[in-house]
Amino acid sequence: MAKMTMVQALNLALRQEMERDENVIVLGEDVGVDGGVFRVTDGLHEAFGEERVVDTPLAENGIVGMSIGMAVYGLRPVCEIQFSGFAYQNFHQIENHASRLRWRSQGRYHVPMVLRAPYGGGVRALEHHSESREAFWAHIPGLKMVIPSGPRSARALLVSAIRDPDPVIFYEAKALYRAFREEVPEEEETLPLGESRIAREGDDLTLISYGAMLRPTLSAAEQLEKEDGVSAEVIDLLTISPLDDTLFVTSVKKTGHAMIVHEAPMSFGPGAEIIARLVEKAFYYLEVPIGRVTGYDVVIPLFAREKDYIPSVERITHEARRILET
Amino acid sequence: MTTNTKGTKQAGEVDRRHALHLLKSMLRIRRLEERCAELYSAMKIRGFLHLYDGQEAVAVGVLEALTKDDAIVATYREHGHALMRGIPASAILAEMYGKQEGCSRGRGGSMHLFDEKTRFYGGNAIVRGGLPLAVGLALADKMQQKNRVSCCFFGEGAVAEGEFHESMNLAALWQLPVLFVCENNLYAMGTALKYSESVMDLTSKVMSYDVSSAAVDGMDVLAVEIAAKSAVEAIRSQGKPFFLECRTYRFRAHSMYDPELYRTKSEVEEWKGRGPIKTFIEKMKGQGTLSDADIETIEGDVAREINEAVAFAEACTWEPIEDVARFVYSERRMP
Ligand SMILES: Cc1ncc(C[n+]2csc(CCOP(=O)(O)OP(=O)(O)O)c2C)c(N)n1
Repeated sequence: MAKMTMVQALNLALRQEMERDENVIVLGEDVGVDGGVFRVTDGLHEAFGEERVVDTPLAENGIVGMSIGMAVYGLRPVCEIQFSGFAYQNFHQIENHASRLRWRSQGRYHVPMVLRAPYGGGVRALEHHSESREAFWAHIPGLKMVIPSGPRSARALLVSAIRDPDPVIFYEAKALYRAFREEVPEEEETLPLGESRIAREGDDLTLISYGAMLRPTLSAAEQLEKEDGVSAEVIDLLTISPLDDTLFVTSVKKTGHAMIVHEAPMSFGPGAEIIARLVEKAFYYLEVPIGRVTGYDVVIPLFAREKDYIPSVERITHEARRILET
Repeated sequence: MTTNTKGTKQAGEVDRRHALHLLKSMLRIRRLEERCAELYSAMKIRGFLHLYDGQEAVAVGVLEALTKDDAIVATYREHGHALMRGIPASAILAEMYGKQEGCSRGRGGSMHLFDEKTRFYGGNAIVRGGLPLAVGLALADKMQQKNRVSCCFFGEGAVAEGEFHESMNLAALWQLPVLFVCENNLYAMGTALKYSESVMDLTSKVMSYDVSSAAVDGMDVLAVEIAAKSAVEAIRSQGKPFFLECRTYRFRAHSMYDPELYRTKSEVEEWKGRGPIKTFIEKMKGQGTLSDADIETIEGDVAREINEAVAFAEACTWEPIEDVARFVYSERRMP
């Protein structure tokens, strides 16, 4: 198996899906000749031509709205928005149309499109270039909101997202794009949308995370094992919405301690929904109140303070110890 | 309605002092940008950095036409506009360093320079984001009977976005005093104009909204200044918007790095040959109004200004962590 960065793994998924299904079309600003801001679509223009790898003008609403139309007619558009913060421009098309067309037409019209966008910190740029606002999309019924946590899951989930009959918002953590390599099989691999996974097994505490925060969460779990003899189980959500609560509810029933780690601001973030599910389904198993380590309810600060904003291994272990000692 | 303004005709009449001022202004921007590039490589400035080299004549020429009461709305490529508007280089550089003495408290960096005193309503990292804001400022001015102009800078890439068209229509429909300055540098990141516009003559687009317009050589500072002055005059006397297209070119990559697969090296070199500073120096020298000693004096002044600004930014401080939640909500009380 080849070791790949997340950028390479995503590129592999796009390339293979385009080879497999001629209906898969990639479109967006500078995705063609330039190969995308982060080079995820590198080489696709040469390989598949300008009919299938379409450079568009600056027109986010147009890109997404057209993708919906194309999808309704049976194509499989994968559109790229250069930064997730620019997808607010096309919020209307996703919220009012992509997510509702199936429902409005009572299951007759389908919107099998994917909107890919880099999200989160790691490039030390301002605001919309660094923020983590997956909750906006997760709140919309009819959409799937997916966030992989590394090269291998990114590849497998993107393949599933492209084949999925529903519209999928696919967030890619910029901090992970080139951070590390993982073995990614050349042969086809998929992961089911709407299913979380156990990233690390443990008995004392359940840490629930996803995307770029999975790595610091796993490191914190290692540290807790080594320094405190605490065995933490780590759940990687993979899909934010629809939320799979089976694994984390089962896990918390076992450990009695739960904590959520995400980069998004705290209030009304994905953690809030996870806590609600735990309260509904595992309340009597909880030994102490649930903890949260998240971004803060402010605009993500510029580079000087980025590291204070994004949850770190230290903040995670600190909160875990507080919970365990309660 | 499209008029072409030729700078050459009037060039001889421009007095030497004003010409030296224009030259110095362009050099202040150029040297600031060059220093920014170095500071970025030295990791003093982080994130993304969009430099203005090549387009200096636009900010310099247009801002000559405005008064201190007018408002400016700019983009993420706005260091030059901010500097010309009178925000000190020190406050601009401190901002790019992310320091609290910066003009946006170190929270905006390169793309979000703001300054109330000079009525600088921001850089804006969202392409076309500033257009309706400028129209709104102008609408408020009209409602409050203030005779001011709102000047909005944007790249030609913004013309493909929906808000551009909403803004043009609203400004014309309600007769609002907005100067729309389109800096057409031919490329939106890697996308050439011909891949982005069905009609490449941008002035003919705004004609359909009944917005008056002119296209001008954006590499010629005098031509830009003259065109901007007559545009502002028209806005003030008729209370209607004006669209000024400045045809220009960006010498560097879109941001600090891009593979530049979309254009050839020779094209860049050709445009550099037409650079606004180079040609202006040649013109002045040709007229005998500029000596090497003049250039030396100007360069000396500019170098001093930039060096002092860098020293200032270095010495500035980070916003304390306790303060980062300030201004999420207003600190004012309800009346
Ligand atoms: C809404 C939005 N989409 C995409 C981007 C990414 N982006 C930043 S600048 C740019 C090109 C803009 O070109 P143009 O308007 O011509 O201005 P220039 O950069 O040439 O000054 C793009 C695509 C953005 N900042 N905002």
